Amino acid sequence: MTDAAFPADITPSPGKQGLWARYLRRPAGVAALAVFLLVVLVGLFAPLIAPHDPNFVDFALTQTPPAPGHLMGGDSAGRDIFSRLLFGARTTLYGAAVACLAGVALGVPAGVAAGYFGGPADRICSWISDAAQSVPGMIVLLIVAAGTGGDFTVLMVTVGAFMAPGYYRMSRSKTLAVRNEPYIDAARVAGLTHTKILYAHVLRAVHAPVIIQSALTAGVAMGMQAGLQFLGIGTASNPNWGQMMNDGFRTMLTHPLILLWPSAALGVTIAALAFMGSTLGDLVSVRTEPVSRRARPAAPPRDEGARSGDLVHAVEDSALRVENLRVTYRTPDGDKQVVRGVCLDVAPGEVLGIVGESGSGKSQTVFSTLDLLPAEGHSTADGVWIAGRPVGDLPRAKRHALLGTRIGYVPQEPMSNLDPCYTIGNQLVEPLRAVHELSKDEAKERARAILVRVGITDPERVLASYPHQISGGMAQRVLIAGAVAGNPSLLVADEPTTALDVTVQAEVLELLRELQQEYGMALVIVTHNFGVVADICDRVAVMKDGKIIETGPVDQIFTQPGDPYTAELIHASQDDTESRAELDAAWNKAGRTVRT
Amino acid sequence: MKTETNETPLLAVDNLVVDYRRGRTTFRALKGVSMTIGTGECVGLVGESGSGKSTLGKAILGLTDVTSGSITFDGSPITHLKGAARRRLAADLQVVFQDPYGSLDPTLTVGQILAEPLTAAGTSRADAHRAVAEMLDHVRLPADTVTRYPSEFSGGQRQRIAIARALVRRPRLIVCDEPVSALDLTTQAAVIDLFIDIQRETGVSYLFVSHDLGVVRRICHRVSVMYRGECVESGPNQTITRNPEHPYTRRLLLASPVADPARQAERRRSWLGLQSPTGSPVP
Amino acid sequence: MIKFTLRRLLSGAVLLLVVTSASFFLAHLAIGDPTAGLLGDSATPAQRAALREQLGLDRALLTQFWDWFSHAVQGDFGTSWRNFQPISDQIALRVPVTLSVVVAATLLAAVVGLAVGVATGLRPSGILARGLKLASVVLFALPGFWVSLVLVMVFAIKLQWFPAVGYVPLVHSGTGWLRSITLPSIALALGAIVMIAEQLRNGFLQVNNQDFVRTLRARGLSSRRVTLHVLRNASPAALTVLAVMFVGLLGGAIVVEIVFNLPGIGSLTQSASQIGDIPVLLGLTVVTVVFVVVINFLLDLVLGWVNPKVREQ
Repeated sequence: MTDAAFPADITPSPGKQGLWARYLRRPAGVAALAVFLLVVLVGLFAPLIAPHDPNFVDFALTQTPPAPGHLMGGDSAGRDIFSRLLFGARTTLYGAAVACLAGVALGVPAGVAAGYFGGPADRICSWISDAAQSVPGMIVLLIVAAGTGGDFTVLMVTVGAFMAPGYYRMSRSKTLAVRNEPYIDAARVAGLTHTKILYAHVLRAVHAPVIIQSALTAGVAMGMQAGLQFLGIGTASNPNWGQMMNDGFRTMLTHPLILLWPSAALGVTIAALAFMGSTLGDLVSVRTEPVSRRARPAAPPRDEGARSGDLVHAVEDSALRVENLRVTYRTPDGDKQVVRGVCLDVAPGEVLGIVGESGSGKSQTVFSTLDLLPAEGHSTADGVWIAGRPVGDLPRAKRHALLGTRIGYVPQEPMSNLDPCYTIGNQLVEPLRAVHELSKDEAKERARAILVRVGITDPERVLASYPHQISGGMAQRVLIAGAVAGNPSLLVADEPTTALDVTVQAEVLELLRELQQEYGMALVIVTHNFGVVADICDRVAVMKDGKIIETGPVDQIFTQPGDPYTAELIHASQDDTESRAELDAAWNKAGRTVRT
Repeated sequence: MKTETNETPLLAVDNLVVDYRRGRTTFRALKGVSMTIGTGECVGLVGESGSGKSTLGKAILGLTDVTSGSITFDGSPITHLKGAARRRLAADLQVVFQDPYGSLDPTLTVGQILAEPLTAAGTSRADAHRAVAEMLDHVRLPADTVTRYPSEFSGGQRQRIAIARALVRRPRLIVCDEPVSALDLTTQAAVIDLFIDIQRETGVSYLFVSHDLGVVRRICHRVSVMYRGECVESGPNQTITRNPEHPYTRRLLLASPVADPARQAERRRSWLGLQSPTGSPVP
Repeated sequence: MIKFTLRRLLSGAVLLLVVTSASFFLAHLAIGDPTAGLLGDSATPAQRAALREQLGLDRALLTQFWDWFSHAVQGDFGTSWRNFQPISDQIALRVPVTLSVVVAATLLAAVVGLAVGVATGLRPSGILARGLKLASVVLFALPGFWVSLVLVMVFAIKLQWFPAVGYVPLVHSGTGWLRSITLPSIALALGAIVMIAEQLRNGFLQVNNQDFVRTLRARGLSSRRVTLHVLRNASPAALTVLAVMFVGLLGGAIVVEIVFNLPGIGSLTQSASQIGDIPVLLGLTVVTVVFVVVINFLLDLVLGWVNPKVREQ
């Protein structure tokens, strides 16, 4: 997020390249599209391609096997199966198109309106949509079929009506997501009418999902259509696949081929639509697919010259010591090294601050020392020591056994770091029982005592609460309680106060200091805030672009920063800035020139 | 640059009350807040989460309904303006939001984003094009920015784009809702100085909502401190950010850590003097 | 919790009322005069008028509705217009068959979907996960009766492992019953299995990216315990899909029952619709919607247990 000059290599943004251009680079998608287009062409030109009249009955042809002239043989009424199949494609496509159009027409406008305007309209539409989903569509279809004498178009509109809740929910949730984006509020403030906002911003977000949904809906509609025709409903005089399947089904034991042809046609068409929808969905969604194990990033290069940071304690005196740590992340554009040869150590009772701006690699440094990197990250180091013992080469399970016992971890965002489905008590007690093997009562008593220690005055209520029932400041106290509950010798805190209000931040910092001194823990605190550094740290490591550019005692860093970047960061902390009055006075004095 | 005190203020908020419905209960987000902003003035609104500072900004912009009280812009009431009348106000009243990622539509080019407020007001394409180029120059972004998408820019650059969008209709007041709090420190400083430069160049007024007293100190002429839906103290910047009177403001000031170990130690001692002990040791 | 339960029950009752009344009017307005279908084309106008009077169709529609509704709430859906048998008895005879298949399919979907979902969620890039993605794409859209036909061709006709058609009541033979509902249940369940598994896999991916999972690991919890946390957080979406699937399965069962020649509500629905036997169709609608309401109610209870936030809404 640094405001540097424009990056030389700008990666193409997802929105820039056409969706279809990217679609055509997916082999599965292209194959599915080709199959679907073939079906469409066949349907359109059936009268021209079909060798025979699909309804012409030739008794000699009854249940004959495939032969030249009759590629797929004849059905049980003596009609040419191949010709009927071609004309059936027509019926199938027409029905699916009618159902999709009806579904879109009923579902999308209602969904967009409900999502955008909210209020009673939203509640009523959503209730109707839910209700429609509770009605077994097949029975209503049969009622409609009974009433209309099996009118095919009316039946397919009804099928579309049952698809409408899917469109409704999808377009409502997409609209709602967009509606809550600040850029919609900005557009309103900019004087755009609701119509213009819907057109310029909302429809842009909704139209791609509607297309994807339609591919899937068309497939489902084809299935329902064939099901109805299989039951003998809505067949009329047009040849269609469902009725052909019924014909084949009745002679299945003697002439299985008659069933095979229409079943294969229906299966392949539906599968093609499903693959088109799924390929489009993959392209549009930003859902991150996991990298496979084999695709883990290669070990970061070992570059002696790139070592950065100072080691000031003897190995046996250190609570944590890391030598030449490198972290690589796998990104779509290839591996990216985010930590380059970091060395640092901290002694028991000492507070080390790791400070830097976003993207400096400070959080990745602490996650890799805890061995908690996500799957797409990979770290190597010349050595990692915890409490003076080398742990870098320990098997994964042994290394994990240090977590919660030797090492405590305090995260950044209090709310997202508590499991919303479990009570606070449950979350504090579970590790105490599972990791520290306390009895249920002991664990409960310990959890209660720790909560009291971190300044919670009504521990019983908090223990029985779910995370969403307590405030952010309270949640951070709970997380600190969880981190120190196992009596760790090393506490690692990743931006522990960034998400908190200033007054709560001061309390949490005070609490961390008290606990650190009381337990004699080593504390590693990651922060971007030099005020926090000044408040709590003994030593500071300043990081930039994955390297430590400077390490030193806190007083020295503030009074005589060795690197100009450190000085810039400290200066950028606004606490000591000139006030606006002083700035204006200086500006008036300078003759009111803008852009010096 | 600063207004004369006897002039009618550009914006006057009087005894404003805003209630939010939450299911069957209502939550009073603003409990009778009053303030004024003069032409060319920057007024800071400081407070913690839930203090109502963002709600006040939204109420002024017409993004949330007002329960009672009044908002007057340039002498005329805008409290309950809706529809076309509210849209006409867009020429004078604009916004910059906190989130540099969500406040720009990711599917539009920067040029389209910046031209939108102009074309909505009926400006011709050519004129809009010229105005957009001029605004990009104002916020120190290169001219080829117009053909790119927001995702190609850093947080600070996006915030410059958002500022350009707010400026493009040459408004008289911009509501800035935590516009720098999502940015890195060094970026923050540059964006704040940009805000100050633009104010000097154009004479626009700011309502600057922030939780950070340091930021407010650099940019604001006057500051109001919000706490639980009320304005507990307001006054000149130097007073509020150095010698506040209200106990809450004092607590807020002493709680913000200062980037200087010696002074922070002193500040912490004063802060601890205001606090009760946090708990007792666990055996 | 009691308030929550009562509210859900009430909303279920309202839904039942609205859907059944809507079906009543839809059926009567769509079908109009059913006497042609009942008596055939050769019937004289006088015969048809007599039948209309006998069936009470000459009364005002609202009167008919009230008559039907006041009996229906007591479980009396009247008699069939075709054979004048009590509808409640006919449905009671057939519901066990349909429920056997649908409940078996739902259980199958829940159990297998859970197993596959967890397995693929834990190894989201493994072979099983890739296979699941492929299967989910195809099986979601393919109709149950199509799958039924394939299963019949392969397992009943080629391999002869299961009977192709027919139903053996549970009271006659346990294994016979199981064998007779195996293929229909699988045919119905396949689509639901992949949907639920896919939903769980996505849930795992999303939840695994959440901060609290890292924090749980940092507390020293074993992978197995962390997985339980993830599963509980990932399950609401899968449970919702399961409930929606149940509704779909009830509809799908109609056609599947005909393929397998099972004497469930499917063939009753089909024959009633062909002749416009409105009371039978309405009875069937009420019964299926009752099932749906019950399932949705159970779902709400489970969701409320899994996710404490739901309880407070």
